[in-house]
This record gives sequence, structure tokens and C-alpha cells, in this order.
Amino acid sequence: MKKNLVLLLISLLFIMLNAFGQDRAAEPMLPDSNAITSETVYLGNILILSDIPNDGGGGIEIDWELNDSLNNYYITIVRREGRTKKIVASDLLASSKQVRDVNSDEDMSNVKDGTEYFYTAILSKYAVSQQILDYLVCDSIDLNTRTIADGYQVYLISDESGPVKAKASWFNPERLTVFVSAIIISFIFLLYLQFARNGKKLYIRKINGLDAVEEAVGRSTEMGKPIMYILGIGYVTDIPTIAGLTILGRVAKKVAEYKTKILVPSYDPVVMTTAQEVVKEAFTEAGRPDIYNKNDIMYITQDQFGYAAGVDGMMIREKPGAVFLQGLFFAESLILAETGHSIGAIQIAGTTETAQLPFFVAACDYTLIGEEMMAASVYLQKDPLMLGSIAAEDIMKVIIIIIIIIGFILGILGIGLHIEFFNKIFNLLIEIL
Amino acid sequence: MAISTNIWIWIAALLTLAIYSFLYKDNPFYKFAEYLLVGISIGYGVSIYWHNTIITKVYNPLVHEKDFLVIIPLILGLLMFSRFFKSYSHLSRMPIAFIVGAGTGLSIPSSFEFLFKQVQGTMPASLDVGNLIIIVGVITTLVYFFFSMEHKGFVGKVSRIGITFIMIAFGAAFGYTIMARISLLIGRIQFLLSDWLGIIK
Repeated sequence: MKKNLVLLLISLLFIMLNAFGQDRAAEPMLPDSNAITSETVYLGNILILSDIPNDGGGGIEIDWELNDSLNNYYITIVRREGRTKKIVASDLLASSKQVRDVNSDEDMSNVKDGTEYFYTAILSKYAVSQQILDYLVCDSIDLNTRTIADGYQVYLISDESGPVKAKASWFNPERLTVFVSAIIISFIFLLYLQFARNGKKLYIRKINGLDAVEEAVGRSTEMGKPIMYILGIGYVTDIPTIAGLTILGRVAKKVAEYKTKILVPSYDPVVMTTAQEVVKEAFTEAGRPDIYNKNDIMYITQDQFGYAAGVDGMMIREKPGAVFLQGLFFAESLILAETGHSIGAIQIAGTTETAQLPFFVAACDYTLIGEEMMAASVYLQKDPLMLGSIAAEDIMKVIIIIIIIIGFILGILGIGLHIEFFNKIFNLLIEIL
Repeated sequence: MAISTNIWIWIAALLTLAIYSFLYKDNPFYKFAEYLLVGISIGYGVSIYWHNTIITKVYNPLVHEKDFLVIIPLILGLLMFSRFFKSYSHLSRMPIAFIVGAGTGLSIPSSFEFLFKQVQGTMPASLDVGNLIIIVGVITTLVYFFFSMEHKGFVGKVSRIGITFIMIAFGAAFGYTIMARISLLIGRIQFLLSDWLGIIK
């Protein structure tokens, strides 16, 4: 009986010790006051807080002023909103002098406009451990103490700065130049559209790759093979993808006229939906809505190399007679173009990605280089109004050439004003106006 | 030589070989790896969309933060599903029009800023051979992209110089990118010979 009682007492003691140990582990680490050394200095109020100017809100800029001798120290920034604390940045080198507390895609409500925030800086010789970071944001800590220590190092705490509020700006004056340029460019475009409306004859030069569209579609039809149109891995908001969709409309019209089949494997679901609409409209325009099959415009995947593998497999099995690669391409460009080449298809490629264009030039029969792709829809349609926009673009290029030559001459004359010279003239004009 | 006993390294190595088998010809191993890659990436993509879009950008703001402005993009997003109903499928054009219009509009200011930076970068401060090549290269390349005039006579000659500059740049870019691809291939072969087969250390 006595033996059992002793065993029971030992067990209870063990359980109590264990529980006590767990409680201690759950507590935030308290500072070891003995570790505070003579190195301890008073940081004071080092943080300068401000709303980030000319932004859409949800952003606060935190700058700090520290003696250069502390440049190799680490700085941690803690934000307080009411009783809630958050680590904004940790293990930053003090020499960086600045950090921004902003919203991100993952946390859109990190910084709320109109809310009062307070910030405190913690300076340390070495990187801050996770235990100290947890301790800094726990409710019990009083950040008004000037130092804390963990037996390993001393942490110097600044005075709390704030309050500061984030706010959104209606206008960004730094982009005034862009605004005025947009007005000038719009004016030139409207002028040339008016010329086109008035019947002025406008010309567009020969683009070899586009002359081959009919040949490629015709050859595929004769061989009884489908046409494959690859829009790349861009989204519908990317300009090359939009240009690719416009060319798709013209190619699909030819396909409908020849009563052949077009396959459009897509990377993005929205691009796929848009491509379905474009092809459907083209088939209707050609008077053949009956042969339109929406399943020919299919979704593959939104993984870059998964898409490349899927399209390659499809190419090998369907063996299209013509492959169009028009849109935004990255590292998968050569994988696709090389597979198209290996099956003997006529390939017409086009992209604005300068790093991928060499691969298309090497592996494809025709390549639309950069802006040639943008001009393609005008070339294929030859609409007088759209020809006006091409002429306006050329005028813009002439203006750019003149600006470059003036800047170059000013540069070699030693005036060294470059773009600042134009900025000064521009600002002067704004003031006069 | 110590062949790996880690099952995941074996799976990665066999899938690598299955993908490389495409270099010989299309075969069942490649098909298996292709379908697996496409299927897994779609599944992964759906989970990413669910957490990063539905939960983070719709559910949390609407339910926890009572931000009812989220309802507008939510309705636009839901309109995409109208494609499944023949009589209402035209409604799906509204979100597409919004995305294309907003995307194009938003890209204009950044395109302008990019253009200004390029113009600024083309204005060298001193006259030397390198700077002269830059100026001649940029101007002749711009002339090559003139579409509203025939490339004959003086313009034709200048544009030919322009396309020569473009091809030299493409040659340099080609070599540079091939080097990067070779290093990727080396990485994969190292994985096969070192992590999997243990032939090299």
C-alpha cells in the first residue's frame, strides 16, 4: 500500500514538473537585467514617419537617423495600432536608413488608410531571434523601457514615434510629363485619323511574315492538317497577347474561308475565353459559324513548362501544317518552336520579348519582330482609319529620333543637360501656362 | 557509387528521364509525364487561386472586414460563369471587356515611362566610338520600324543598317541565353549523376 502511495506521489510530482516546464516554455522570454552592459546608450526618437507620397494609399515610409558608427547594427521595426503590435521589418542593416510598411497581395489590409499607427525601432548588434520577435509583440512588454537583453545581447529600444496615418493621393505630380506626353500623342493620333477620314492615301510597307499567312493556311488545308495558334503565356492584359488575339481574328477568318480546323491551346482561362470569342466572331464574319467548335480552343495549364509539355505533345499527335506563335513567350519559346520545326510545319512567330526573338528567328520560317506584330492587324485588314494610327506612330518615332539627336549634340557640346534640360524646359512651359 | 534510397529522388529522376525521352520521339513514358505535369499543375493552380484569390481577396474582406466594395469585382467574376448558359453567355463579355480595357489603359503610363528611360539612356554624355554606335544603332533600328513609307532609296539603306544591328543584338542574346540553358541542363545531369546514381560527388 505504502509502495503504491509513494509511486502515486512520484507520478504526481513528475506531472506537475512537466506541466510547470511547459508553462515556462509558453511564456515569452524575459530580459536578463544582468546582461545590460555599459555599452547601453539612449536611442531617443530616431524614427521619421510619413505617408508615402503620390501612392494609392496603404503605405507608410519609415526613415531613421543614426550615427554612422551604428551602420553595421541590425534594426527591427515594431508597429503598434491600439494594443495590437506587429513586426514590420527585422534584421535590416541600420545603414539601409529606410523601410516601407505597405500592403501586399497577400495582406491587402496590412496598413489601413486613416488609422493611427505608432512605430518603435529596436537596435541590436546581431540578428534578432524568433523568441525576441515574439516577445516584442506580446501584450505584456512595455516598449517604453530603453533596453532589453536575453543574455546573448542587449537590444536598444527607441522612443515610440507617431501617430502617422496613410492616405491615398488623387494625383501623382511626378507623372505630369507622362500625362502631357499622352495628350500630345493622342493629338497626333487624332490628327492622322482625321487625315484618313478625309481620304488621304496612307501606305503600309510589306511585312513578309504576314504575306505568308494565306500560304500557311492554304498549305495546311491542302495537306488536310489543322492549324495551331499558340498565344504564349501572357495574360489578356499584356499588349503582345492582345496583338496576338487580333492576329488570331484574321487567321481564323482565313481558316473559316478554307474550311479547315484551328487549334488554340491556352495558358490562361481568360485568354482562352477571349480567344473563343475572337474565333467565333471570325467564323461568323466568314459566313461559316456552323464549323466553329469551341472545344478546339482549349485550356492547358497555367504552369509554364506544363504548358510547354502539353502543347508539344499536342503538336506531335495532331501534326498541324502551320504553327502560329503570336504573343508573350519566355523560356518555353524554343521548346515550342523546335517541336514545330521537327514536325515540318510552316511557322510564323511574333513577340515583343527581345530575349526570345533570336530563338524564333532561328527556328521559325517567318518572325514578326516587336512592333511588326502590333502593325500586323492593320496590315491584314488595311482599314484606312487604322492605317492612320500607323502613320501617327511613325511621326512619334521621328520626334523621338529628333530628341535623341538634340540630346546627343547637347551632351557632346559639354552642356551635359540631357533629359534634365528637357525637364527644365517642360517645367518652365508649365509655369508659363 | 551510392544509388539514392530516397523514393522522391527516384520519382524525380524517372520523371526527368521520361520527359527527356521526347528527344527520341513521342512515347508512353513522355505522355505519362506530360499528363502528370499538366494535371498536377492545374490542381496546384486551383488551390493557389482558392487561397490567394477567393479567400484572401473575396471571403476575408467581405466577411471579416465588411468591405462591400469587393462585391463589384465579385459580380464581374461571376459573370464569367454565364458562358455555361447559352442564352446568357453574352454577359461574359463584360468582365473580359473590363479586363482588356483596364489592362491596356494601365499599361500606357508605364510604357511611356519606359520609353522616356530608353530615350534618356540613349543620350550619351561624351563622343566616343561606343556612344556613336549606340546612337547610330538606335536611330537606324527606329527607321527599320517605319511602316508608313516604302523601304527604298535612303530609307531602305538606313533600315538595312537597322536590321543588321537587330540581328547582331539577337546573335548576342542567343549565345547568352543558350549559355543559361546549358547551365540548366548541367544542373539536371548533376542531379541524375550525383543525387540519384551517386556516380559523381
